[in-house]
Amino acid sequence: MTDETKTKIDDLIKSHRVMLFMKGTRQFPACGFSNAVVQILKKEGASFETFNILADPEMRQAVKEFSNWPTYPQLYVDGKFVGGCDIVTEMHESGELKQLLGA
Amino acid sequence: MPSPDTLRSRLLASFPDAHVEVTDLTGTADHFQALVVSPAFAGKTRVEQHKMVYEALGELMNGPIHALALTTRIP
Repeated sequence: MTDETKTKIDDLIKSHRVMLFMKGTRQFPACGFSNAVVQILKKEGASFETFNILADPEMRQAVKEFSNWPTYPQLYVDGKFVGGCDIVTEMHESGELKQLLGA
Repeated sequence: MPSPDTLRSRLLASFPDAHVEVTDLTGTADHFQALVVSPAFAGKTRVEQHKMVYEALGELMNGPIHALALTTRIP
């Protein structure tokens, strides 16, 4: 990954408190797992930014390396990697996500 | 295309004392659901636990497996 790409990812996760790297957009998620996380964030009432990795092949590869995580979606809160769809779903169900988003 | 048995044996190779369940969700050998219950997850965060599973699956995560719905638990 180039320094420029790394800086771009850094900027995204630092300038948006809740940042979701996903397949598709919040209006048109291109994958059931990405859609599930969008729906959870909406349910939590969180304001969040999304990045469509399908529209940017370089970012698609780079964010995986950056997070050391092989799949999408990937959720960041406060600049920290939270997890993928399964972890976000578990945290939503347990109330941990509400706590994290409200903190 | 990997079969559920391929995934199961990979996971058991890395987590010998684990309880492992793998389901092919679509019948197309690329969308799977896995449950891994292992004492090796004790003291790890969920992110760390999932990373351990992804590492165990190795190159299967880079293409052959399109989607993996994953649950990790400590017994």
